[in-house]
Amino acid sequence: MTAQTAAASLADRRLAKVSSRDVNVFYGEKHALKHVDLDIRANEVTALIGPSGCGKSTYLRCINRMNDLIENCQVTGSLSLDGDDVYDKKVDVVQLRARVGMVFQKPNPFPKSIYDNVAYGPRIHGMARDQAELDEVVMSSLERAGLLAEVKDRLEEPGTGLSGGQQQRLCIARAIAVSPEVILMDEPCSALDPIATAKVEELIDELRENFTIVIVTHSMQQAARVSQRTAFFHLGELVEVGDTEQIFTNPQHPLTQGYITGRFG
Amino acid sequence: MAENSSLVRSTPAAMAARLKRRYAAETRFRLAGITAIALALGFLATLIFTIFSNGLTAFVQTSVKVEVAFDPEVLGIGNDRSPDALAGANYGQVIKESLYKQFPTVEGRSERRELVGLVSSGADITLRKMLAANPALIGTTQSVWLIAGDDIDMAMKGHISRTPGADGNRLTDRQLGWIGDLERQGAIRKGFNTTLFTTGDSREPELAGLWGAVVGSFFSLSITLIVCFPLGVATAVYLEEFAPKNKWTDIIEVNINNLAAVPSVVFGLLGLAIFLNFFGMPRSAPLVGGLVLALISLPTIIIAGRAALKAVPPSIREAALGLGASKQQMVTDHVLPLAMPGILTGTILGMAHALGETAPLLMIGMVAFIVDIPASPMDPAAVLPVQVYLWADSPERAFVERTSAAIMVLLFFLGMMNLAAILLRKKFERRW
Repeated sequence: MTAQTAAASLADRRLAKVSSRDVNVFYGEKHALKHVDLDIRANEVTALIGPSGCGKSTYLRCINRMNDLIENCQVTGSLSLDGDDVYDKKVDVVQLRARVGMVFQKPNPFPKSIYDNVAYGPRIHGMARDQAELDEVVMSSLERAGLLAEVKDRLEEPGTGLSGGQQQRLCIARAIAVSPEVILMDEPCSALDPIATAKVEELIDELRENFTIVIVTHSMQQAARVSQRTAFFHLGELVEVGDTEQIFTNPQHPLTQGYITGRFG
Repeated sequence: MAENSSLVRSTPAAMAARLKRRYAAETRFRLAGITAIALALGFLATLIFTIFSNGLTAFVQTSVKVEVAFDPEVLGIGNDRSPDALAGANYGQVIKESLYKQFPTVEGRSERRELVGLVSSGADITLRKMLAANPALIGTTQSVWLIAGDDIDMAMKGHISRTPGADGNRLTDRQLGWIGDLERQGAIRKGFNTTLFTTGDSREPELAGLWGAVVGSFFSLSITLIVCFPLGVATAVYLEEFAPKNKWTDIIEVNINNLAAVPSVVFGLLGLAIFLNFFGMPRSAPLVGGLVLALISLPTIIIAGRAALKAVPPSIREAALGLGASKQQMVTDHVLPLAMPGILTGTILGMAHALGETAPLLMIGMVAFIVDIPASPMDPAAVLPVQVYLWADSPERAFVERTSAAIMVLLFFLGMMNLAAILLRKKFERRW
């Protein structure tokens, strides 16, 4: 690494909301993520793309330490959020996950009422002092997730009774109710139809204003539509990262080019 | 060569023959299954039919109408009307005198003894209760329905032949004649057998009841539930959600599965050694019975609980953890409530299993003859299956039908518990 690029990298790192250097993940013997250096900028949507098993979801789950749940999973290297090491022994994962929210591949609302789904996070973190405040948080979260108009008359109905797209937006409302700084999305639209997908994508674009978003997607069109920066992973390695436009119009690496033109993947 | 054989195999004729064999095999397989089910249903039907045909008559009881003269002289109480005197009065003599008066032609000691045998030896309790409730009856004559003796009862229900001089008949020809007389007078009837559901055990079949055993079973199962539900759920939750997966937890898991297969009588011996001999708990008590049954049910509940916890989809756990819930919050707020219907179903089935257990209770002395209805789990008591066992062991003909009746009551409770489990499962069934 030349002095110039090192300096650039340092500058990048200061800008970055989430910054990783030489992150490796092992599932037992399997080396799932290899030497990943990636900076995720604040108030931008960063898309992680790549063929199945390339490590993009693994990387995503490093950021809020969901990988801790997997037995034999070992993470090395440095990964920081606002300059604080995420894997420091002193870090409380409960607090970390309040700062880094997550939306999953399959909509997974709790089998409780719509209200309780959104209110659960604020409740466990003691974020509302009284009922009125909690109501306020729930309403504004549903509003920001673009769901309020559709559900405001049936907040007491079970969240599992909503359509797939509404469920996913409910999960987004649930995630933003705890006011995270970063929202991780693991293929949030893969279980949705095109119309619901369009709504969620629109929502992601709006949320960018207040949150830093990292999204894993299999759809390159989606990455192109919603993200500002794109990172391409292949076989556990970060092949290329750059502005979305540049990645899709002028990829530097032959693998990236092969993938986005559909030659493999 | 190979080419040739592959050609032969794919000719339509060979194909048709092979298909025919396949369908024939499938038909045979289905037939075997249907036969097995038919056999099982046949056995079940036979069992149910036997129990019902034997036991239904136990729900009615014969009684005899006797004109009872409450003569204070015969009662042996003189002018004393205190409750103590009334409790200690000679009601047996009153019944005898009344019967002699009703059948004035009966003379001689043995004949009179046969006459008194028409009425149960426990009939005096009816009279004592009457006087205790209303002392003003003293000096009057009342028509009272008294419980008939067990052999009379059996004859009335047709379990004993009423042909005079029949082989091995326990009733004399004279007694059969009196039954005929009473029938003509309308002084003998069959009514609902309340005794069976209100009293404890007795050596006299007509006085024996199940209530003591029902209460004993209730106390035992309550103790079992109180002990093994929290323990079982806590174990299942810890092993499934918190315990690290290593050699030790593997060993524990294998052992819990093995414990579920240990013969229950072994648990009875364990209870005898630990609860009775070491801790010195009371013998024959539902407390100990319940603890032993808890040992037996625990593995069942733990296994059912773990299965129910495992069935909660990982997406719910991820959702909770992703929001920053601690592991304990994830379990108590989401996983446990979702698994609860499954855990409860498993618990009810475990309880139903415990309700039917007999062998381990014999080991801890719950096989004693106990007349009193237990007032607390510390009192000696019988339980339903042990009562079945005790009655089945009794020589009197009348206990045959009562044994079947006790089985019916036991089956009724088992059926109710299973029904509760099914309803619970139906109500909370959830699909993700």
